[in-house]
Amino acid sequence: MFYRETGQFKQDYAADSAVFPILQDRYGLAIILAIAFVGIPLFGNEFLLASVMIPFLILSLAAIGLNILVGYTGLLSLGTAGFMGVGAYAAYKLSTIFPQVHILVWILCSGFFAAGIGALFGLPSLRIKGFYLAVATLAAQFFLQWCFVRVSWLYNDNPSGAIEVPARSLFGIAITGPSATPVTRYLVVLIIVVVMTLIASNIVHGRIGRTWMAVRDMDIAAQLMGIRLLPAKLLAFAVSSFYCGVAGALMVFLWLGAAEPSAFDIRLSFVLLFMVIIGGLGSLIGSFMGAALIHIMPIFIRALPESLGLPIGAATVEHLTFLIVGGLIIFFLIVEPHGLARLWQIAKQKLRVWPFPY
Amino acid sequence: MNAPGEPLLAVDGVSLAFGGVKAITDVSFDIRKGEIRAIIGPNGAGKTSMLNVVNGFYHPQQGRITYKGNTRSRMRPYQAASQGIARTFQNVALFRGMTTLDNIMVGRTLKMHSGLFWQMLRYGPAMREEIEHRRVVEDIIDFLQIESIRKTPVGKLPYGLQKRVELGRALAMEPELLLLDEPMAGMNIEEKEDMCRYILDLNRHFGTTIALIEHDMGVVMDLSDRVVVLEYGHKIADGTPEKIKSDPKVIEAYLGVGH
Repeated sequence: MFYRETGQFKQDYAADSAVFPILQDRYGLAIILAIAFVGIPLFGNEFLLASVMIPFLILSLAAIGLNILVGYTGLLSLGTAGFMGVGAYAAYKLSTIFPQVHILVWILCSGFFAAGIGALFGLPSLRIKGFYLAVATLAAQFFLQWCFVRVSWLYNDNPSGAIEVPARSLFGIAITGPSATPVTRYLVVLIIVVVMTLIASNIVHGRIGRTWMAVRDMDIAAQLMGIRLLPAKLLAFAVSSFYCGVAGALMVFLWLGAAEPSAFDIRLSFVLLFMVIIGGLGSLIGSFMGAALIHIMPIFIRALPESLGLPIGAATVEHLTFLIVGGLIIFFLIVEPHGLARLWQIAKQKLRVWPFPY
Repeated sequence: MNAPGEPLLAVDGVSLAFGGVKAITDVSFDIRKGEIRAIIGPNGAGKTSMLNVVNGFYHPQQGRITYKGNTRSRMRPYQAASQGIARTFQNVALFRGMTTLDNIMVGRTLKMHSGLFWQMLRYGPAMREEIEHRRVVEDIIDFLQIESIRKTPVGKLPYGLQKRVELGRALAMEPELLLLDEPMAGMNIEEKEDMCRYILDLNRHFGTTIALIEHDMGVVMDLSDRVVVLEYGHKIADGTPEKIKSDPKVIEAYLGVGH
């Protein structure tokens, strides 16, 4: 009833090919952004900001990166955590070698290092596809993690083997390090994630995005349209790894504060892949939904017994959380194998024709 | 019927084998500018292999292919595309997850040049280019009468419409040579008539040279200017439809011969 595009006539092709052609979508987006930029920083407590929202945004950004590769270009990758690590270590090295340059510059630059490494490990994608490519990218994951452990130059010969984040500030406000408040860190992460999501949306809606999807859906026909497979796939690897690299740098600098190589192990790669699959392959909003389901929902389930006053032990709650989340993942995959984003699409379609069934 | 122009494509003594299987043996023919050239033959005669050779998927072991006066050795499919060869497939090869509009827009890829920077902003040159090409694509959509399915994912479309969208995607490349691999396979009589009309309109109004593989002899004889007949990878006849119809070798290939 409220979600209906009747009467919204497009006068030109620019309006028709806008990313959000429907007025209600634009309102909805504006409300979400208002809540994210004003509501949460004003009313959120430290737990909500530091343990829920910051990780959620960072994981969403990494999921967007992986979605560009898996969902839009159809290249299965298990090297995500490795590429995130490249971003984190690059940002760490750059910020210790050139401390005078601002840390945010280095966080964004670290993406280029990840992009380079990602493109390098993307080279086999011209010849191999599907599960075999996943195995090839697994090699990247193991090799990169080995580097993070063995190459002591990467962590400045720190005896603990971890990278620690130096304290840096902008306009006198601490952004990284122990003195940075969760609100500042949250807003910095939010701005970066929103801008990068916007850019990703622009890319996938334009020529380059169509090229990727053409490669995904039918690579033989794509070649006949004049698309060269190797550059298209390498660009997907580079852009995807750029996003993962920035997410990795944000993860260390604005979320964890310090990181060991085990932060970037294969588990993280798998978790991100699950987020992308459950959220919806080839959907940016799905990346957020998948990250929310896998990261935020367990936090709520864990907090539920306590808030209801149920006398359940902490260990039992932990086990129950695993059970419930696992069950929900299976439930969502059975209900809609194309992910939460497709469910959202269906819901919007139902709203559009309500009260009629079709 | 068009006046015969100079040869656009000449295939000269081409042989193609996969291991011990000889798909094409010493076949020569040419396609003249502005004509509709049909390639016919029984199943497994090497017709589709011939198209694959022309647009660079297969590299023949012997023989030469001259296109627009240039003899080429090994050519990749994307190079064929950039030289103006477009094609459709026997079993539809659309980008199933994308809408009709996006599918046809992909056909414009080679003509779009704005870089990653403007693509990221979706502004300025990138947006101007997008709209400029959208206009061309909308003309094609009008021509093929598929306005109503503009925003439908092609995977959901019925077969006949998918074939039409695939033709649209090939047209978006503004090809000089259009290769159609069984454009009417599996269609009912009305859809066939529509498709014939599009092919004739293309040929007459836009001057597109068309090479056509088809099994419906009525269609072939009505549409084509000249026909080449393949059997077991050999060329057995070449000429106008009237000549082909009465060629004893062609009749033998299609109907068999009494022993």
